[in-house]
Amino acid sequence: MGDFPSWADPVSPAHNHVSPRYIEKSMAETSVPNIVTAVLADYRGYDTMFETTVIFGAGVVCFFLLRIPRKDEPTVRRYRHMLTGMTIRVKETRKIPPVLEEFERIDTLWAPHDLIIKTSCRILVPFLQLFGLYVIAHGHHSPGGGFQGGVILGASMILLAISHDLRTAIDRMSERVHAILCPVGVLIYAGTGALCLVLGHNFLDYGALAGILHVDPVAARSYGILIVEIGVGLAVMATMIWIYNNISSKGNYDEGL
Amino acid sequence: MSDLIPFIVDNYNYWIYITLLMIGLYAMIAKKNLVKKVVGMNIFQTAIILFYVSIGAKKGATIPIIQHGHGEGAHEITASVIEAAEYINPLPHVLMLTAIVVSVATLGVALALAIRIYNRYETLEEDEILAQIREK
Repeated sequence: MGDFPSWADPVSPAHNHVSPRYIEKSMAETSVPNIVTAVLADYRGYDTMFETTVIFGAGVVCFFLLRIPRKDEPTVRRYRHMLTGMTIRVKETRKIPPVLEEFERIDTLWAPHDLIIKTSCRILVPFLQLFGLYVIAHGHHSPGGGFQGGVILGASMILLAISHDLRTAIDRMSERVHAILCPVGVLIYAGTGALCLVLGHNFLDYGALAGILHVDPVAARSYGILIVEIGVGLAVMATMIWIYNNISSKGNYDEGL
Repeated sequence: MSDLIPFIVDNYNYWIYITLLMIGLYAMIAKKNLVKKVVGMNIFQTAIILFYVSIGAKKGATIPIIQHGHGEGAHEITASVIEAAEYINPLPHVLMLTAIVVSVATLGVALALAIRIYNRYETLEEDEILAQIREK
């Protein structure tokens, strides 16, 4: 323990090898003031690309573990009569009319009814999503980026699922959308890298995009970082919702907290 | 004895990190319940995140975002103006940024596996699962 540098020591070895180069050169090389974003998406682009792939893989694994071998739906359903607040149990053997005007379906195990929570969360969700988009788009100039913004966007949909129920959230954003957005995010990232390769530069060398975007190579790096951050944001958002939906409902997408 | 107290206080980030690491390792090895093992894994990951972020700290430095790097005057900022001592180390932050999201992903996979195990064996206690496997 005595050989470790003391806390926040400016001359400790961690601060004196590669990090001064990043701090001094990143602004001149990528025109991104946020050094963390520049290092994340440009200098260490491979690392982040495979990190996104790991997240995509985790979503797919949850899908295959829970959604594919799912059991049949529960045989009992519960409904609430919205005018009186009474709840009724319906056994699956009876015929359920497809459209129930005055009844809403509720979870069998956990079904509190709170207008304040539902309304305030419904109002909060669009502002959360706007903030998530801001965090992604403003990641060059302030703390933020694809991972953080994607998690905020995912959390907004999970908040909807918690405050209402899982079926409401899935009506807004279906399983198909998650399953498409998840690989699309990874493909945007890898596709940007491949595009640089096609244009005659190295993989993920965003300076190659200068010809397409009609800007100088340094600004092209800034735009390249923005494109891959959007890809990361999409992948992270879709995966977070996908994992939550699968785990909370054991893959049924029917009832769950 | 007089040397021991500053020795602990000067390096308190490492002591906290080692304590959390050992709590997580203990939970992963000694606890029988699978969900408690998952919680231990998360404590372990948190300890490593704390260790990296504490390494990134630098006395008298600010967050790693170049000051006045926005708008029209941004082009005048070159490598000669930027002092590395003014900004904390960005590298640990980059590494931990991805590690946090990956830890959520591993947590999701671990919980999915726990759900499958519970569906099969009706329990999450490791010794009961092993007993059921041996019976067959």
